[in-house]
Amino acid sequence: MNKVLKFEHKQSAHCENGVVSNLMRFYDIEISEPMVFGIGSGLFFSHMPFLKVNGIPVTSFRPLPGIIFKRTSKRLGLKFEKHKYSNPDKAMLALDKNLDAGIPTGMLVGVYHLTYFPDPYRFHFNAHNLVVFGKTDDTYHISDPIMEEPKTLTYNELKRVRFAKGTFAPKGHMYWAKDVPKSVDLKPAIIKGIKHTCKDMLTIPIPMFGVKGIRFLSKKLRNYPKKLGARKAASYTGQIVRAQEEIGTGGAGFRYMYGAFLQEAAEIMNNPKLKKLSYEISEVGDLWREFAIITGRIVKNRNKADESYDHAADLLLKIADKEEDFFKKLQKAIK
Amino acid sequence: MKSKDVPQDDANMMQGKFREPVYSLDKDGNYTTVKSVGWNPKNEVMQEAWDVANEKIEDVKQKVIAGKLSPIAYYLEKNLMDVSLLAKYMGLWRWTVKKHLKPKNFKKLSDEVLEKYAEVFDITKEVLIDKNWSNGVVE
Repeated sequence: MNKVLKFEHKQSAHCENGVVSNLMRFYDIEISEPMVFGIGSGLFFSHMPFLKVNGIPVTSFRPLPGIIFKRTSKRLGLKFEKHKYSNPDKAMLALDKNLDAGIPTGMLVGVYHLTYFPDPYRFHFNAHNLVVFGKTDDTYHISDPIMEEPKTLTYNELKRVRFAKGTFAPKGHMYWAKDVPKSVDLKPAIIKGIKHTCKDMLTIPIPMFGVKGIRFLSKKLRNYPKKLGARKAASYTGQIVRAQEEIGTGGAGFRYMYGAFLQEAAEIMNNPKLKKLSYEISEVGDLWREFAIITGRIVKNRNKADESYDHAADLLLKIADKEEDFFKKLQKAIK
Repeated sequence: MKSKDVPQDDANMMQGKFREPVYSLDKDGNYTTVKSVGWNPKNEVMQEAWDVANEKIEDVKQKVIAGKLSPIAYYLEKNLMDVSLLAKYMGLWRWTVKKHLKPKNFKKLSDEVLEKYAEVFDITKEVLIDKNWSNGVVE
Protein backbone atom coordinates (compact mmCIF):
# COMPACT_ATOMS: atom_id res chain seq x y z
CA MET A 1 0.00 0.00 0.00
CA ASN A 2 1.27 3.46 -0.88
CA LYS A 3 -0.57 6.43 0.47
CA VAL A 4 0.64 9.68 1.99
CA LEU A 5 -1.93 12.12 3.29
CA LYS A 6 -1.60 15.88 2.95
CA PHE A 7 -0.76 16.48 6.57
CA GLU A 8 0.77 19.72 7.82
CA HIS A 9 3.28 19.01 10.58
CA LYS A 10 3.96 21.65 13.21
CA GLN A 11 6.45 21.25 16.02
CA SER A 12 5.30 21.72 19.61
CA ALA A 13 6.93 21.83 23.03
CA HIS A 14 4.72 19.10 24.47
CA CYS A 15 3.62 16.03 22.52
CA GLU A 16 0.02 15.75 23.72
CA ASN A 17 -0.83 19.36 22.83
CA GLY A 18 0.95 18.99 19.52
CA VAL A 19 -0.89 15.89 18.40
CA VAL A 20 -4.31 17.43 19.10
CA SER A 21 -3.33 20.67 17.38
CA ASN A 22 -1.89 18.91 14.30
CA LEU A 23 -4.80 16.46 13.98
CA MET A 24 -7.36 19.28 14.15
CA ARG A 25 -5.53 21.33 11.53
CA PHE A 26 -6.01 18.40 9.14
CA TYR A 27 -9.76 18.95 9.55
CA ASP A 28 -9.41 22.72 9.04
CA ILE A 29 -9.75 23.61 12.69
CA GLU A 30 -6.91 25.82 13.80
CA ILE A 31 -6.08 25.45 17.51
CA SER A 32 -2.60 26.43 18.65
CA GLU A 33 -0.52 24.39 21.07
CA PRO A 34 -0.98 26.87 23.97
CA MET A 35 -4.74 26.87 23.31
CA VAL A 36 -4.89 23.06 23.63
CA PHE A 37 -2.74 23.27 26.76
CA GLY A 38 -4.95 25.90 28.38
CA ILE A 39 -8.28 24.34 27.47
CA GLY A 40 -6.99 20.92 28.56
CA SER A 41 -5.78 22.37 31.90
CA GLY A 42 -2.25 21.06 31.39
CA LEU A 43 -0.66 23.15 34.12
CA PHE A 44 -0.41 21.32 37.41
CA PHE A 45 1.87 20.59 40.33
CA SER A 46 2.16 17.58 42.56
CA HIS A 47 4.70 16.20 45.01
CA MET A 48 3.99 12.68 46.20
CA PRO A 49 6.59 11.40 48.67
CA PHE A 50 5.01 7.96 48.92
CA LEU A 51 4.96 7.41 45.16
CA LYS A 52 8.50 6.49 44.21
CA VAL A 53 10.23 5.80 40.91
CA ASN A 54 13.64 4.14 41.26
CA GLY A 55 13.36 4.81 44.98
CA ILE A 56 12.94 8.57 44.52
CA PRO A 57 9.73 10.48 45.40
CA VAL A 58 7.88 11.83 42.39
CA THR A 59 7.46 15.53 41.76
CA SER A 60 5.44 16.35 38.67
CA PHE A 61 4.53 19.50 36.81
CA ARG A 62 1.80 17.97 34.67
CA PRO A 63 -1.37 15.91 34.99
CA LEU A 64 -1.23 12.21 34.07
CA PRO A 65 -0.60 11.42 30.39
CA GLY A 66 -3.78 11.49 28.32
CA ILE A 67 -5.61 13.99 30.53
CA ILE A 68 -4.98 17.08 28.40
CA PHE A 69 -6.17 15.16 25.37
CA LYS A 70 -9.31 13.96 27.12
CA ARG A 71 -10.26 17.35 28.54
CA THR A 72 -9.60 19.26 25.34
CA SER A 73 -11.68 16.95 23.19
CA LYS A 74 -14.52 16.94 25.71
CA ARG A 75 -14.54 20.72 26.09
CA LEU A 76 -14.43 21.33 22.33
CA GLY A 77 -16.87 18.56 21.43
CA LEU A 78 -14.37 16.55 19.38
CA LYS A 79 -15.11 12.84 19.11
CA PHE A 80 -12.30 10.34 18.88
CA GLU A 81 -12.35 6.64 18.17
CA LYS A 82 -9.87 4.70 20.32
CA HIS A 83 -8.50 1.20 20.16
CA LYS A 84 -5.98 -1.03 21.91
CA TYR A 85 -4.69 -4.28 20.46
CA SER A 86 -3.26 -7.44 21.88
CA ASN A 87 -1.81 -8.63 18.57
CA PRO A 88 0.95 -6.35 17.16
CA ASP A 89 0.43 -7.32 13.52
CA LYS A 90 -3.30 -6.70 13.82
CA ALA A 91 -2.53 -3.29 15.32
CA MET A 92 -0.41 -2.50 12.27
CA LEU A 93 -3.10 -3.78 9.92
CA ALA A 94 -5.68 -1.54 11.58
CA LEU A 95 -3.35 1.40 11.04
CA ASP A 96 -2.96 0.54 7.35
CA LYS A 97 -6.72 0.38 6.97
CA ASN A 98 -7.04 3.84 8.51
CA LEU A 99 -4.39 5.32 6.24
CA ASP A 100 -6.04 3.71 3.25
CA ALA A 101 -9.29 5.41 4.27
CA GLY A 102 -7.45 8.74 4.45
CA ILE A 103 -7.45 9.05 8.24
CA PRO A 104 -4.35 10.43 9.97
CA THR A 105 -3.98 8.35 13.11
CA GLY A 106 -2.59 9.31 16.50
CA MET A 107 -0.91 6.77 18.73
CA LEU A 108 0.97 6.18 21.93
CA VAL A 109 4.53 4.89 21.72
CA GLY A 110 7.57 4.24 23.89
CA VAL A 111 10.49 6.58 23.20
CA TYR A 112 13.35 4.19 24.02
CA HIS A 113 13.38 2.58 20.58
CA LEU A 114 12.46 5.68 18.56
CA THR A 115 15.33 5.66 16.09
CA TYR A 116 15.16 9.35 15.22
CA PHE A 117 15.38 10.49 18.88
CA PRO A 118 18.74 11.78 20.13
CA ASP A 119 20.38 9.20 22.42
CA PRO A 120 20.40 11.30 25.62
CA TYR A 121 16.59 11.53 25.35
CA ARG A 122 16.03 7.81 24.91
CA PHE A 123 14.74 6.31 28.12
CA HIS A 124 11.86 3.99 28.90
CA PHE A 125 9.03 6.50 28.77
CA ASN A 126 5.88 5.09 27.21
CA ALA A 127 3.37 7.89 26.97
CA HIS A 128 4.72 9.70 23.92
CA ASN A 129 2.23 10.74 21.23
CA LEU A 130 2.68 10.97 17.48
CA VAL A 131 0.60 10.89 14.30
CA VAL A 132 1.09 8.50 11.38
CA PHE A 133 -0.04 10.10 8.15
CA GLY A 134 1.21 7.87 5.37
CA LYS A 135 2.90 4.72 4.19
CA THR A 136 5.28 4.13 1.30
CA ASP A 137 6.19 0.45 0.87
CA ASP A 138 7.58 -0.60 4.24
CA THR A 139 7.97 2.94 5.57
CA TYR A 140 5.55 4.96 7.67
CA HIS A 141 5.43 8.76 7.60
CA ILE A 142 5.46 10.15 11.11
CA SER A 143 4.48 13.53 12.49
CA ASP A 144 6.22 13.53 15.87
CA PRO A 145 5.28 16.82 17.58
CA ILE A 146 8.68 17.07 19.28
CA MET A 147 10.55 16.99 15.96
CA GLU A 148 11.03 19.97 13.67
CA GLU A 149 10.30 17.95 10.51
CA PRO A 150 8.26 14.80 9.74
CA LYS A 151 10.17 11.55 10.25
CA THR A 152 9.88 7.96 9.02
CA LEU A 153 9.88 4.55 10.70
CA THR A 154 9.90 1.10 9.13
CA TYR A 155 7.10 -1.38 9.80
CA ASN A 156 9.16 -3.21 12.42
CA GLU A 157 10.42 -0.04 14.09
CA LEU A 158 6.90 1.33 14.45
CA LYS A 159 5.53 -2.01 15.66
CA ARG A 160 8.25 -2.14 18.29
CA VAL A 161 7.55 1.30 19.79
CA ARG A 162 3.79 0.69 19.73
CA PHE A 163 4.32 -2.38 21.87
CA ALA A 164 6.91 -1.03 24.28
CA LYS A 165 6.64 -2.62 27.73
CA GLY A 166 6.61 -1.21 31.25
CA THR A 167 4.69 1.61 32.97
CA PHE A 168 1.97 3.06 30.70
CA ALA A 169 2.66 0.30 28.13
CA PRO A 170 0.87 1.61 25.00
CA LYS A 171 -0.46 -1.80 23.87
CA GLY A 172 -0.83 -0.53 20.33
CA HIS A 173 -3.23 2.21 21.47
CA MET A 174 -4.33 4.39 18.58
CA TYR A 175 -6.92 7.11 18.13
CA TRP A 176 -8.40 9.16 15.34
CA ALA A 177 -11.03 11.83 14.84
CA LYS A 178 -14.51 10.47 14.34
CA ASP A 179 -16.84 13.44 14.42
CA VAL A 180 -15.24 16.75 13.71
CA PRO A 181 -17.51 19.77 14.01
CA LYS A 182 -17.35 22.41 11.28
CA SER A 183 -16.17 24.93 13.80
CA VAL A 184 -15.54 25.00 17.53
CA ASP A 185 -16.60 27.52 20.14
CA LEU A 186 -13.44 28.38 22.03
CA LYS A 187 -14.95 30.76 24.60
CA PRO A 188 -16.78 28.30 26.90
CA ALA A 189 -13.91 25.84 26.57
CA ILE A 190 -11.39 28.51 27.61
CA ILE A 191 -13.45 29.34 30.69
CA LYS A 192 -13.78 25.70 31.67
CA GLY A 193 -10.05 25.17 31.16
CA ILE A 194 -9.08 28.18 33.28
CA LYS A 195 -11.53 27.34 36.06
CA HIS A 196 -10.23 23.81 36.27
CA THR A 197 -6.59 24.91 36.47
CA CYS A 198 -7.38 27.46 39.18
CA LYS A 199 -9.21 24.79 41.14
CA ASP A 200 -6.33 22.32 40.73
CA MET A 201 -3.76 24.85 41.85
CA LEU A 202 -5.72 26.42 44.72
CA THR A 203 -8.30 24.18 46.31
CA ILE A 204 -7.45 20.47 46.24
CA PRO A 205 -7.80 19.68 49.97
CA ILE A 206 -4.71 17.45 50.07
CA PRO A 207 -1.38 19.20 50.70
CA MET A 208 0.44 17.44 47.87
CA PHE A 209 -1.15 19.25 44.97
CA GLY A 210 -1.13 22.74 43.49
CA VAL A 211 0.23 25.68 45.46
CA LYS A 212 0.06 23.66 48.68
CA GLY A 213 2.13 20.99 47.02
CA ILE A 214 4.85 23.53 46.20
CA ARG A 215 5.00 24.57 49.88
CA PHE A 216 5.04 20.92 50.89
CA LEU A 217 8.00 20.25 48.59
CA SER A 218 9.77 23.30 50.02
CA LYS A 219 9.52 21.82 53.50
CA LYS A 220 10.75 18.42 52.36
CA LEU A 221 13.57 19.86 50.28
CA ARG A 222 14.86 21.93 53.19
CA ASN A 223 15.21 18.78 55.29
CA TYR A 224 16.72 16.56 52.60
CA PRO A 225 20.40 17.03 53.59
CA LYS A 226 19.72 16.42 57.30
CA LYS A 227 17.43 13.51 56.69
CA LEU A 228 19.11 11.78 53.77
CA GLY A 229 22.77 12.76 53.71
CA ALA A 230 24.44 14.73 50.92
CA ARG A 231 24.49 12.12 48.17
CA LYS A 232 20.92 10.91 48.49
CA ALA A 233 19.62 14.44 49.00
CA ALA A 234 21.23 15.39 45.70
CA SER A 235 19.65 12.52 43.83
CA TYR A 236 16.21 13.34 45.29
CA THR A 237 16.75 16.93 44.16
CA GLY A 238 17.85 15.73 40.72
CA GLN A 239 14.44 14.18 40.11
CA ILE A 240 12.76 17.54 40.69
CA VAL A 241 14.98 19.32 38.19
CA ARG A 242 14.59 16.58 35.64
CA ALA A 243 10.80 16.53 35.96
CA GLN A 244 10.97 20.26 35.47
CA GLU A 245 13.43 20.48 32.63
CA GLU A 246 14.33 17.19 31.00
CA ILE A 247 11.00 16.66 29.34
CA GLY A 248 11.50 20.13 28.00
CA THR A 249 8.40 21.73 29.34
CA GLY A 250 7.67 21.06 33.02
CA GLY A 251 8.09 23.98 35.41
CA ALA A 252 9.15 27.17 33.71
CA GLY A 253 8.31 26.06 30.16
CA PHE A 254 4.72 25.31 31.11
CA ARG A 255 4.34 28.72 32.76
CA TYR A 256 5.51 30.45 29.57
CA MET A 257 3.18 28.28 27.52
CA TYR A 258 0.32 29.20 29.84
CA GLY A 259 1.20 32.85 29.28
CA ALA A 260 0.92 32.33 25.52
CA PHE A 261 -2.48 30.73 26.12
CA LEU A 262 -3.72 33.64 28.22
CA GLN A 263 -2.57 36.14 25.64
CA GLU A 264 -4.47 34.33 22.91
CA ALA A 265 -7.47 33.92 25.23
CA ALA A 266 -7.45 37.65 26.03
CA GLU A 267 -7.95 38.36 22.35
CA ILE A 268 -10.72 35.78 21.88
CA MET A 269 -12.57 36.69 25.08
CA ASN A 270 -11.92 40.39 24.60
CA ASN A 271 -10.62 40.46 28.16
CA PRO A 272 -7.56 42.68 28.74
CA LYS A 273 -7.14 41.33 32.29
CA LEU A 274 -6.01 38.04 30.83
CA LYS A 275 -3.35 39.79 28.79
CA LYS A 276 -1.99 41.48 31.90
CA LEU A 277 -1.92 38.13 33.69
CA SER A 278 -0.10 36.56 30.75
CA TYR A 279 2.90 38.76 31.64
CA GLU A 280 2.70 37.90 35.31
CA ILE A 281 2.90 34.18 34.71
CA SER A 282 5.99 34.74 32.57
CA GLU A 283 7.66 36.26 35.63
CA VAL A 284 6.70 33.21 37.67
CA GLY A 285 8.30 31.12 34.93
CA ASP A 286 11.49 33.11 35.41
CA LEU A 287 11.45 32.18 39.12
CA TRP A 288 11.13 28.50 38.22
CA ARG A 289 14.18 28.89 36.00
CA GLU A 290 16.06 30.43 38.91
CA PHE A 291 15.02 27.41 40.96
CA ALA A 292 16.40 25.08 38.26
CA ILE A 293 19.74 26.92 38.38
CA ILE A 294 20.07 26.50 42.16
CA THR A 295 18.91 22.89 42.27
CA GLY A 296 21.04 22.10 39.22
CA ARG A 297 24.05 23.29 41.18
CA ILE A 298 23.05 21.04 44.09
CA VAL A 299 22.98 18.06 41.77
CA LYS A 300 26.36 19.00 40.32
CA ASN A 301 28.04 19.32 43.72
CA ARG A 302 26.29 16.21 44.89
CA ASN A 303 28.78 15.33 47.61
CA LYS A 304 28.33 18.35 49.78
CA ALA A 305 25.14 19.63 51.30
CA ASP A 306 25.31 23.38 51.83
CA GLU A 307 23.02 26.35 52.22
CA SER A 308 21.78 25.90 48.61
CA TYR A 309 18.99 23.73 49.98
CA ASP A 310 17.72 26.61 52.11
CA HIS A 311 17.94 28.96 49.14
CA ALA A 312 16.00 26.55 46.97
CA ALA A 313 13.37 25.96 49.66
CA ASP A 314 12.95 29.71 50.21
CA LEU A 315 12.56 30.26 46.50
CA LEU A 316 9.84 27.60 46.36
CA LEU A 317 7.92 29.46 49.07
CA LYS A 318 8.21 32.64 47.07
CA ILE A 319 6.97 30.83 43.95
CA ALA A 320 4.06 29.32 45.88
CA ASP A 321 3.00 32.79 47.10
CA LYS A 322 3.23 34.24 43.60
CA GLU A 323 1.27 31.40 42.06
CA GLU A 324 -1.40 31.58 44.73
CA ASP A 325 -1.81 35.27 44.06
CA PHE A 326 -1.76 34.69 40.30
CA PHE A 327 -4.41 31.98 40.21
CA LYS A 328 -6.69 33.91 42.56
CA LYS A 329 -6.52 36.89 40.21
CA LEU A 330 -7.11 34.61 37.26
CA GLN A 331 -10.18 33.17 38.91
CA LYS A 332 -11.56 36.66 39.36
CA ALA A 333 -10.62 37.75 35.83
CA ILE A 334 -13.04 35.32 34.20
CA LYS A 335 -15.94 35.87 36.56
CA MET B 1 11.30 35.32 29.62
CA LYS B 2 12.22 37.57 26.74
CA SER B 3 12.86 35.98 23.35
CA LYS B 4 16.35 37.41 23.25
CA ASP B 5 17.12 35.65 26.56
CA VAL B 6 16.18 32.15 25.39
CA PRO B 7 19.39 30.25 26.11
CA GLN B 8 21.40 28.63 23.34
CA ASP B 9 23.82 26.47 25.32
CA ASP B 10 24.73 23.58 23.07
CA ALA B 11 26.04 20.50 24.88
CA ASN B 12 25.09 18.20 22.00
CA MET B 13 22.25 16.73 24.07
CA MET B 14 19.95 16.80 21.05
CA GLN B 15 22.71 15.64 18.71
CA GLY B 16 21.53 18.10 16.10
CA LYS B 17 18.34 16.07 15.67
CA PHE B 18 16.01 18.82 16.79
CA ARG B 19 15.81 22.13 18.61
CA GLU B 20 13.30 22.77 21.31
CA PRO B 21 10.64 25.48 20.92
CA VAL B 22 10.53 27.78 23.95
CA TYR B 23 7.63 30.19 24.49
CA SER B 24 8.87 33.68 25.24
CA LEU B 25 7.99 37.34 24.85
CA ASP B 26 9.22 39.30 21.84
CA LYS B 27 10.10 42.99 21.97
CA ASP B 28 6.47 43.98 21.36
CA GLY B 29 5.23 41.89 24.29
CA ASN B 30 3.79 39.13 22.13
CA TYR B 31 4.33 35.48 22.93
CA THR B 32 6.28 33.60 20.30
CA THR B 33 8.45 30.47 20.14
CA VAL B 34 12.21 30.56 19.80
CA LYS B 35 14.08 27.36 19.01
CA SER B 36 16.73 26.53 21.56
CA VAL B 37 19.66 24.11 21.31
CA GLY B 38 19.84 23.76 25.09
CA TRP B 39 20.27 25.36 28.49
CA ASN B 40 23.26 24.73 30.76
CA PRO B 41 21.46 23.80 34.01
CA LYS B 42 19.33 21.33 32.08
CA ASN B 43 22.30 19.96 30.13
CA GLU B 44 24.18 19.43 33.36
CA VAL B 45 21.36 17.59 35.09
CA MET B 46 20.91 15.35 32.08
CA GLN B 47 24.64 14.72 31.91
CA GLU B 48 24.60 13.95 35.61
CA ALA B 49 21.85 11.37 35.17
CA TRP B 50 23.81 9.75 32.35
CA ASP B 51 27.03 9.77 34.38
CA VAL B 52 25.23 7.89 37.16
CA ALA B 53 23.80 5.40 34.65
CA ASN B 54 27.19 4.91 32.99
CA GLU B 55 28.88 4.39 36.35
CA LYS B 56 26.39 1.63 37.07
CA ILE B 57 26.91 0.05 33.65
CA GLU B 58 30.68 0.06 34.16
CA ASP B 59 30.28 -1.44 37.61
CA VAL B 60 28.15 -4.31 36.33
CA LYS B 61 30.53 -4.81 33.41
CA GLN B 62 33.38 -5.39 35.84
CA LYS B 63 31.27 -7.92 37.72
CA VAL B 64 30.53 -9.78 34.50
CA ILE B 65 34.22 -9.82 33.59
CA ALA B 66 34.98 -11.14 37.07
CA GLY B 67 32.45 -13.92 36.52
CA LYS B 68 30.08 -12.74 39.26
CA LEU B 69 27.20 -11.88 36.95
CA SER B 70 26.02 -13.11 33.55
CA PRO B 71 26.21 -10.94 30.40
CA ILE B 72 22.44 -10.46 30.67
CA ALA B 73 23.07 -8.29 33.73
CA TYR B 74 25.33 -6.06 31.64
CA TYR B 75 22.93 -5.64 28.71
CA LEU B 76 20.06 -5.09 31.11
CA GLU B 77 21.94 -2.15 32.63
CA LYS B 78 23.12 -0.90 29.25
CA ASN B 79 19.53 -0.79 28.01
CA LEU B 80 18.54 1.20 31.12
CA MET B 81 16.16 -1.56 32.20
CA ASP B 82 15.43 -3.16 35.51
CA VAL B 83 14.59 -6.81 36.12
CA SER B 84 10.87 -6.17 36.07
CA LEU B 85 10.94 -4.39 32.69
CA LEU B 86 13.20 -7.02 31.13
CA ALA B 87 10.89 -9.74 32.43
CA LYS B 88 7.98 -8.04 30.67
CA TYR B 89 9.88 -7.83 27.37
CA MET B 90 10.86 -11.49 27.76
CA GLY B 91 7.43 -12.68 28.83
CA LEU B 92 9.03 -14.36 31.85
CA TRP B 93 8.60 -14.14 35.59
CA ARG B 94 10.86 -11.72 37.40
CA TRP B 95 12.49 -14.46 39.44
CA THR B 96 13.30 -16.38 36.24
CA VAL B 97 15.14 -13.37 34.82
CA LYS B 98 16.90 -12.90 38.17
CA LYS B 99 18.07 -16.50 37.95
CA HIS B 100 19.49 -15.84 34.48
CA LEU B 101 21.69 -13.08 35.90
CA LYS B 102 23.80 -15.76 37.57
CA PRO B 103 26.60 -17.10 35.35
CA LYS B 104 25.99 -20.74 36.21
CA ASN B 105 22.33 -20.53 35.11
CA PHE B 106 23.18 -18.43 32.07
CA LYS B 107 25.40 -21.22 30.75
CA LYS B 108 22.44 -23.60 30.77
CA LEU B 109 20.09 -21.37 28.74
CA SER B 110 18.63 -22.81 25.55
CA ASP B 111 19.37 -21.25 22.16
CA GLU B 112 15.77 -20.16 21.98
CA VAL B 113 15.90 -18.16 25.20
CA LEU B 114 19.27 -16.67 24.26
CA GLU B 115 17.88 -15.59 20.89
CA LYS B 116 14.98 -13.89 22.61
CA TYR B 117 17.26 -12.02 25.00
CA ALA B 118 19.47 -10.97 22.09
CA GLU B 119 16.43 -9.67 20.22
CA VAL B 120 15.30 -7.61 23.21
CA PHE B 121 18.81 -6.15 23.57
CA ASP B 122 19.10 -5.45 19.84
CA ILE B 123 22.22 -7.60 19.50
CA THR B 124 22.97 -11.05 18.06
CA LYS B 125 23.05 -14.21 20.14
CA GLU B 126 26.75 -14.51 19.31
CA VAL B 127 27.49 -11.12 20.85
CA LEU B 128 25.44 -12.01 23.91
CA ILE B 129 27.36 -15.18 24.66
CA ASP B 130 30.69 -13.75 23.48
CA LYS B 131 33.47 -15.53 25.33
CA ASN B 132 35.73 -12.45 25.21
CA TRP B 133 34.22 -11.20 28.45
CA SER B 134 37.13 -12.74 30.34
CA ASN B 135 39.54 -10.53 28.37
CA GLY B 136 37.53 -7.46 29.25
CA VAL B 137 36.72 -6.76 25.58
CA VAL B 138 33.09 -5.77 25.16
CA GLU B 139 31.95 -4.06 21.97
